[in-house]
Amino acid sequence: MEKTVEVLKSATIRFAGDSGDGMQIVGSRFTETSALFGNDLSTFPDYPAEIRAPAGTLFGVSGFQIQFSSQDVYSPGDEPDVLVAMNPAALKVNLKDLKQHGTIIANEDAFIEKNLNLAGYKSNPLEDGSLAGYKLIRVPVTRATNNAVQDLGLTAKDANRCKNFYALGITYWLYDRPLEITMHWLESKFSKNPVIAEANIKALKAGFYFGETAEIFTTRYKVAPAKLPKGIYRNITGNHAAALGILAASLKSGLPLFLGSYPITPASDILHDLSSFKNFGVKTFQAEDEIAAVCAAIGAAFGGSLAFTSTSGPGMALKQEAIGLAVMVELPLVIANIQRGGPSTGLPTKTEQADLFQAILGRNGECPLPVVAASSPADCFMMMFEAARIACKFMTPVVFLSDGYLANGAEPWRIPHESELPIIEGEFRTEKEGYFPYMRDEFLARPWVKPGTPGMEHRIGGLEKQHITGNVSYDTANHEFMVNLRAEKVKNIENYIPLAEVDGDQEGELLIIGWGSTYGAITAARERLLAKGYNVSRVHLKYLNPMPKNLGDILNRFKKVMVPELNLGQLSMLLKAYYLKDVIGYNKVQGLPFKASEIEKKAIELLTEK
Amino acid sequence: METESTTNGTTEAAAKPKLTAKDYASDQDVRWCPGCGDYSILAQVQRVMPSFNIPKEKTVFVAGIGCSSRFPYYMNTYGFHSIHGRATVVASGLKMARPDLDVWIASGDGDLLSIGGNHFIHLLRRNINTVVMLFNNRIYGLTKGQYSPTSEHGKITKSSPHGSLEEPFNPLTLALGAGASFVARTMDRDPKHMQDMIAKAHAFKGTSFVETFQNCNIYNDGAFLMYTEKDTKPEHTVFVEHGKPLVFGVNKEMGIKLNGFRPEIININDGKHSINDVIIHDETSRELAMIIAKFTDMQDFPVPFGVLYKVERPVFEDQMEDQITEAKEKLGVGDLEKLLFAGNTWEIK
Repeated sequence: MEKTVEVLKSATIRFAGDSGDGMQIVGSRFTETSALFGNDLSTFPDYPAEIRAPAGTLFGVSGFQIQFSSQDVYSPGDEPDVLVAMNPAALKVNLKDLKQHGTIIANEDAFIEKNLNLAGYKSNPLEDGSLAGYKLIRVPVTRATNNAVQDLGLTAKDANRCKNFYALGITYWLYDRPLEITMHWLESKFSKNPVIAEANIKALKAGFYFGETAEIFTTRYKVAPAKLPKGIYRNITGNHAAALGILAASLKSGLPLFLGSYPITPASDILHDLSSFKNFGVKTFQAEDEIAAVCAAIGAAFGGSLAFTSTSGPGMALKQEAIGLAVMVELPLVIANIQRGGPSTGLPTKTEQADLFQAILGRNGECPLPVVAASSPADCFMMMFEAARIACKFMTPVVFLSDGYLANGAEPWRIPHESELPIIEGEFRTEKEGYFPYMRDEFLARPWVKPGTPGMEHRIGGLEKQHITGNVSYDTANHEFMVNLRAEKVKNIENYIPLAEVDGDQEGELLIIGWGSTYGAITAARERLLAKGYNVSRVHLKYLNPMPKNLGDILNRFKKVMVPELNLGQLSMLLKAYYLKDVIGYNKVQGLPFKASEIEKKAIELLTEK
Repeated sequence: METESTTNGTTEAAAKPKLTAKDYASDQDVRWCPGCGDYSILAQVQRVMPSFNIPKEKTVFVAGIGCSSRFPYYMNTYGFHSIHGRATVVASGLKMARPDLDVWIASGDGDLLSIGGNHFIHLLRRNINTVVMLFNNRIYGLTKGQYSPTSEHGKITKSSPHGSLEEPFNPLTLALGAGASFVARTMDRDPKHMQDMIAKAHAFKGTSFVETFQNCNIYNDGAFLMYTEKDTKPEHTVFVEHGKPLVFGVNKEMGIKLNGFRPEIININDGKHSINDVIIHDETSRELAMIIAKFTDMQDFPVPFGVLYKVERPVFEDQMEDQITEAKEKLGVGDLEKLLFAGNTWEIK
């Protein structure tokens, strides 16, 4: 049968199956292949909190979505074009997101009575006509995989586990992807167990050939490489970028890196990564709890390290008292909060932006500190670097905000050369003439003096300090002076961060202002709005405290300001309080990122309402 | 002049004139209540510090919150008065980052065993080379007199007007159970013994835990009177020393022997027993240390003082450094440029 080839600008595919089906693995492989092929891309892994939830259940479904394109990609895509469903539960959970007339590749072998019951299907959707609005492709994935690997003498369990690569093979054929990159990956991953590598390669190829020979696919798609700026690229997740960012900051400051951390989803990968950088002299300490993790980092900061602690919302809550101590003793410290759904344990594997207040306001007393936020997975590198720069220059703890979506999501990253990165100033005072522990430089920072420096022995602590001498002081006037001084020190940082930039017209009807991981969805939404003739400007904040000093002026140049956030309106409230601007919040708290279409729709609503 | 230092913070050749106790006193007024046992601890530490021959600037005292935890302010060394319960972890981070420093922890029974209990056991398990000084007054002093985790059952305080309901911790058995490598006890009213314990704790490489019975003359006055006063001390205390028999009493006529695992008090002059029946202290036996530590809670038994247990094992921060050295040897010193460009990359021209 002659198969037509259709050229697409972009495509979105979602792999869905049981949490033990290896959907994250094949999603990552598809990502790597597409990245090396030259597509721009964005990914969204979405998995349950349980490591291996009972097979076949709705709550055990794990998904991985990727949008890849020959043009710039800002988000993992709203609606998949293709859904790979490894069982009935995966179909049931994901069908609502599939594009109208989209393609379903279903593993028909898994649509047996037991699984149908677990998914709550009364009849088999592959047969009862309920999927008539879609392009349904039934594939006997389990049987075909077993046939493909039968000569290798694997156990039934091991043979069965190759079926994700069979499904991946089908999608590689469908989107004209090369197999070699994944084959190399399998060979190196299973170098100690070559039979498993061979089995998965056989399954991958069998899936690919199925696409080629089966009479059911009539069209094949091509997505050409994207035209990205010149440079060398790699694919990177937010957590990996964050780990590289803080390491780069350590090397560019000459300060040894110390991480105190406690395992927590979705931040643990930062601990894992830095633990593998021992040959860089990095010291990582898996503490007994979140409090120990941050306190050990503070101790290391006192000793002259670039101190870092990584966590997520509940851990951030536990660290707050110690962060207050770091504010009081004015030592540099970077705190990474990879936000997840809250409150309490909340939705550990889902994304949310509801820790902005916790970062900016969450401690006892008047306790200001700088807060920065990354806007994309790759941006985690520079914003982490930036957090370290601010911490060292201004002698203050700094909060770096990311979230589950950025942490696990991936995108191509134009890798900076080491020489392109600025030097971070982190100097120790050794001159004892005229030294006082709480004297100030032009940035209002106090001097950093390491223990071991002769003649400069001093004591620091959480009690209020006398201005300049740093002696314990209960003087009421001094306390108020110091509270103001600490506030001024942080506020003053606005003079050392970039001004906010408006994308689009500098004034007008509607400004969309966002922060953090909503960057991609807002960018995509704005492009669609512009294409439809709506004039919309936007600002994306990476500095949340202090905010860029031109922000108030910008807000006042627009009739309406829309603030999309994955919370109940935390940035909105701050903007209202700081600038007395009646901004309009657009909020979603479902543990999922925004779809571009949602923001687009809301913007049109605001532009057309009278 | 920079001098070569060992990981213990000791200096090979200190070129400076010998320091005295006075050099370790800071310019801050000491604000403990007159008569507080903390004064004695401060004095003994200041007296014994010069003998270590470590430059002042290499010494750091870290504390949490409580009366005891004001300690760093009164020492003319580097110091960190942190937050309640966390001295052990601030000190751990500092020592991991800077093994060249001589790091001390000053803490109280509430700070170390209640709010900081978790960190305390993990510090002992890790064996970071620090000295942990527990100022045990069996009461919360700074918050004006509530029962503490070492207060006796039934303690009447402002927060327990009908008596406290909890059994107290025995800090020594707690430490031994958590895997401590050095465990000792002393008292505020025996300066010589305290100096000896502090010196031994400091000489030991690993986490050295020293409990000091310390009188709070405001909220728990006389808690340790029986052990500290001349007329009762001999009968109610036993001072253990490695290789020496466990004898006590005015004329050292009383001894402790083991009947299986059970300790028994004997009179070595009663004709039935002799000094040969008495336990010879072996500070390398955790089991024996545990039995001796339990005397504290046993009716009629003397309360033990001295070094109960002392066995060196690898310290955490050395192992951390070793892993770094090994990684550098195996993988080469880290190259950021290489790391950034590692893995699958592609070029867009």
